[in-house]
Amino acid sequence: MMFVPGNNPGMMQDAHIYGPDCIMLDLEDSVTMAEKDAARLLVHNALKSIDYGGTEMVVRINPLSTPYGRKDVEAVVKAGVDVIRMPKTETADEVRELEAEILKVETELGCVGRTRIMAAIESALGIVNAHAIATASPRMMGIALGAEDYTANLKTQRSASGAELLLARETIVVAARAAGICCFDTVYSNLDDMDTFRKEVELVKTLGFDGKSIINPRQIEVVNEVFTPSEKEILKARTILAAIKEAQAKGSGVIAVNGKMVDRPVVIRAERTIALALAAGVINKEDLQ
Amino acid sequence: MEIKNAVAGTLESGDIMIQIGPGKGLDINLKSSVEAQFGSQIRSLIRETLSGLGITDASVNAVDKGALDCTIRARVTAAAVRASGVDVWKD
Repeated sequence: MMFVPGNNPGMMQDAHIYGPDCIMLDLEDSVTMAEKDAARLLVHNALKSIDYGGTEMVVRINPLSTPYGRKDVEAVVKAGVDVIRMPKTETADEVRELEAEILKVETELGCVGRTRIMAAIESALGIVNAHAIATASPRMMGIALGAEDYTANLKTQRSASGAELLLARETIVVAARAAGICCFDTVYSNLDDMDTFRKEVELVKTLGFDGKSIINPRQIEVVNEVFTPSEKEILKARTILAAIKEAQAKGSGVIAVNGKMVDRPVVIRAERTIALALAAGVINKEDLQ
Repeated sequence: MEIKNAVAGTLESGDIMIQIGPGKGLDINLKSSVEAQFGSQIRSLIRETLSGLGITDASVNAVDKGALDCTIRARVTAAAVRASGVDVWKD
């Protein structure tokens, strides 16, 4: 998910060329108060006119408690945005308030249910309420960590090891999985330290995140490399799925592949590997026939 | 509709800066690096956007840096909203 300032038309028109899975146009922190009105119009018109191909389009709105939030919702829902990202989410009630606001605009347009919600959790209270936030609305498609505000709220700072974020990251993954939605890790803003960035991406993949937020196209390649299953992993997954299919045909539930027992959790992991490989485009459905 | 002086946009690549002020009829002065190819198209888009907002009397100075149509529409609307005080997003 690549963050793009909502007040920079040059970046907005070129962002999809680099091939991110998802683009998040920002109306919140990257836009000054004096430019909120103009950025809202830019994002509205860009969403309506620019062909972003299959890229999922997200807009981070201003909080509903500000004078800008409701106008942001109207502008982006009218433009047909895929997902609204709520900043600084702390309670399930805030999600329901946004849901009601979206419903109002969608009812007027006759497209009820079109817009999904992603909640950014950026405080200790948000982490404590993570599962309630994740399950607050059927529109919820994911929750995301916003680490800059979170570490400030914890009265600490970000470190290379990410020790200060471990509980928040684990809580977000568990809450998302329990709710059956996606989870996205925070940004890493030092573009000159790609080694630490790669380590962070590897860590969040291991923790179970579905993706990583990025601030520059240079970071896309690393995220794709880490999250895309290797040829060896794909081969192993395909062998497991073929073996289990054969065993099921014979009426057997448990089998062994290369001397290791294959049961339901192993199959689920193999299915996830294949789903990721398909999503990354390194295999296609015809390969699986 | 009363029009005050207002500006929207920047001089960065891919953007357009629009200055609107009081005027008689729609007087559009455009500077663009793509004037020869797209000048008349940009002028008519500015005119069409202002007319759509009910603005028929204004003086417009536009400096284009290769903006797409959607950016021109957004910047003209932002300048017009600032100049007229009438917002396109109702509360």
